[in-house]
Amino acid sequence: MTRLGLMALPVAFFALFFAWPVAAIVTRGLKVDGAWQLGRIADVVTQPDIRHVLWFTTWQALASTALTLLLALPAAYVFARLDFPGKQVLRAVVTVPFVLPTVVAGSAFLALVGHGGLLDDLWGVRLDTTVWAILLAHVFFNYAVVVRTVGGLWAQLDPRQEEAARMLGASPLGAWRRVTLPALAPAVAAAALMVFLFTFTSFGVVQILGGPTFSTLEVEIYRQTSEVFDLSTAAVLTLLQFAAVGAILAVHAWTVRRRETALRLVDPAVTVRRPRGSGQWALLAGVLVTVALLLVLPLAVLVQRSLDAPGFGYYRALTSSDGGTFLVAPVHAVWTSLQYALAATAIAVVIGALAAAALARRDAGRLVRSFDALLMLPLGVSAVTVGFGFLIALDKPPLDLRESWILVPLAQALVGAPFVVRTMLPVLRAVDGRLREAAAVLGASPWRVWREVDLPLVRRALLVAAGFAFAVSLGEFGATVFIARPDNPTLPVAVARLLGRPGDLNYGQAMALSTLLMVVCAAALLLLERLRTDRTGEF
Amino acid sequence: MLLSLDAATVRFGGRAVLDAVDLDVAEHEVVCVLGPSGSGKSTLLRAVAGLQPLSGGRILLDGRDRTGVPAHKRGVGLMFQDHQLFPQRDVGANVAFGPRVRGVGKGERDAEVAQLLELVGLPGAARRAVASLSGGEQQRVALARALAPRPRLLMLDEPLGQLDRSLRERLVVELREMFGRLGTTVLAVTHDQGEAFALADRVVVMRDGRIAQTGTPLEVWQRPADAFVARFLGFDNVAEATVAGTAADSPWGKLPVPEGSPQGARSVLVRPAGVRLVAADAGLPCTVTARTFKGTHVAVHLRPGDGQPRLEAACGLREAPEVGDAVGVEFDAAEIVVLD
Repeated sequence: MTRLGLMALPVAFFALFFAWPVAAIVTRGLKVDGAWQLGRIADVVTQPDIRHVLWFTTWQALASTALTLLLALPAAYVFARLDFPGKQVLRAVVTVPFVLPTVVAGSAFLALVGHGGLLDDLWGVRLDTTVWAILLAHVFFNYAVVVRTVGGLWAQLDPRQEEAARMLGASPLGAWRRVTLPALAPAVAAAALMVFLFTFTSFGVVQILGGPTFSTLEVEIYRQTSEVFDLSTAAVLTLLQFAAVGAILAVHAWTVRRRETALRLVDPAVTVRRPRGSGQWALLAGVLVTVALLLVLPLAVLVQRSLDAPGFGYYRALTSSDGGTFLVAPVHAVWTSLQYALAATAIAVVIGALAAAALARRDAGRLVRSFDALLMLPLGVSAVTVGFGFLIALDKPPLDLRESWILVPLAQALVGAPFVVRTMLPVLRAVDGRLREAAAVLGASPWRVWREVDLPLVRRALLVAAGFAFAVSLGEFGATVFIARPDNPTLPVAVARLLGRPGDLNYGQAMALSTLLMVVCAAALLLLERLRTDRTGEF
Repeated sequence: MLLSLDAATVRFGGRAVLDAVDLDVAEHEVVCVLGPSGSGKSTLLRAVAGLQPLSGGRILLDGRDRTGVPAHKRGVGLMFQDHQLFPQRDVGANVAFGPRVRGVGKGERDAEVAQLLELVGLPGAARRAVASLSGGEQQRVALARALAPRPRLLMLDEPLGQLDRSLRERLVVELREMFGRLGTTVLAVTHDQGEAFALADRVVVMRDGRIAQTGTPLEVWQRPADAFVARFLGFDNVAEATVAGTAADSPWGKLPVPEGSPQGARSVLVRPAGVRLVAADAGLPCTVTARTFKGTHVAVHLRPGDGQPRLEAACGLREAPEVGDAVGVEFDAAEIVVLD
């Protein structure tokens, strides 16, 4: 199979379901009577409320990134270098939030710091009207990004490098600063950029916790398209976000390349030690407390609130359609979501695996490698834009998908495929080409070589990738909120809609649905943790 | 001829890594390609295996042109430098891989695996995990795996390269015996002259993608083709000289050379055994700069006067001089070779 043959399907997929809808929405917004209205860009950018949105989007992303690094870097060290009982469980616990749907995180923080939340009950403290709720929710989500990206590399750095520096006369701190820190710097930068990207484009969390005061670009795009119906403003904002995300991804790709080169790595098993001395014990304790307060407590409160009616009242309410919010019983959303997520996973795995196979080839040229960065775009480009773009671009023959159920899985697969590529690529690249040659010399045909050598080595990674795609698809909100049909909402859409309605019953049902969603995602993740052996991936 | 290379050429970029190489290997012959790293010897093996396409020339197996045939249809075996055992399979499955992809039935396969493991000295190891093997055991499994499809030609890339010295010396003898018993045709590649001499019926020395010399181990050892081969074999006493009759005019002065030596401007090689130490006031005056113990003798490193290349002499264990001693040097015609 040639490189181009492998690339054909992924390229067609991204062109049809990503580039085209985004182009369609931009054209619709900026082209009036066949003429481009580029003056709109300047008009929009100079509006005071839009400038306020831009400013808020940027500074909250910076603040979230700084806060996440501050809280998660010690954990990266603890996971990389210290050995303690329950480490595996803790690692899974830390990762759960990352795969949780944004609306679940939103609900959980609402239950913790919102009106009638735990802190409100105990001390009358409410944070949901402040930016702190958003920042803390962002840390909640992205803690795992830093721990996994930085910790994964840290665990594999050869401690003898630091020992060599010590033997040459460096102090312990000096050796760390001159040897370990520079080696970690690209990973820290890559993780920081990832966190910045996720928080810069944050939608679900800000939608639920931001109230009327705080709005990111993504939320504003949603407001302009679905509430104000000002398409040209939305198009300008989409372009702005596109440019920002492109810049972030370009820097990210550069740091990733730097991270892949020039480091001698060792088996993580040889670098871990039991904690020694009061410093290391204090660090471990600090990390445990942070995880308990920031990651576990919100989820625990969420579960507690969902049980706050006698006899599982909120859960039982989910099975009846009397609430009036939906045409069907809310619990129906669970099945809808699972079906959509399975379809989306299948699509994402096929597209992502083909793209990864093409990218992993040694002879991959510059064209193919630049596709690597393009594949990341759907991660950061406004999911709202994609969702809305689907509606206006895929509505006429030959591709009229408005009435088709496949629309939602396609949008979710778009977000899931980059995760598949990121998970598969390092593993495929690590397969020693000479193993393939050894099989060929023994008489195996190219197809047989792939089946006998590549597949057994990447099977695990393929499963992990599928799991991630499944969790991401299940929780996808920004695009789905546009295209899921009212009579058939997915779980996150149903949660958001319940939260938007007054009354204890709706609130309780939202908590119950969120809990269900969390359980499904966490179960998928725990399965993955058992499978996952290679921790060099990014997620 | 079982294998013939006909002007085989491989270019990377503009550089010829394999430069119009002609080589024949007869049935049952064990040929060792010897050369420093970068001399093109591994590329030679990969080209014969079909893993490296030729830029020019032909490769014939059994007289048939196999130049464009892909690796899995060539029917030659290759044992890789670092073994490349399949990590996810056990020892037995690694050995059975070749017969299996050729459609050999399970019963026959199992019998063959058992027989081959017996042959390489690992009886009953079929269920062991590859990761649990030592370096020497991995090497044996790799050999069994390469032999399993019964290739007409078995190729070995640095077969003993990563093993420690004593193991290497033992395995060389075992391999030599085994190839003799099985009648296998072998083309091996190594940078270690000891390994090549011990293993091969014929040695091919390569330099910069070309064949510098070919001959039996004894021929190559006794009469290196040129200064490069001599230095590669570990001889350092090589210098330019002008030969006239039985005397050569060299930087070390007049050297006696054997009768019938080639005449004119040549390189001469003085074996360490041909450098005789005499009293300080006789022969070429030298200072001892170092002595290294070699087990059977002592290598004495000598510095003659300014502008003269250094010399190495082989001395008996007891008569070796101390570092700093002034000695005289005389030369023995029997241990001097005029190179072509």
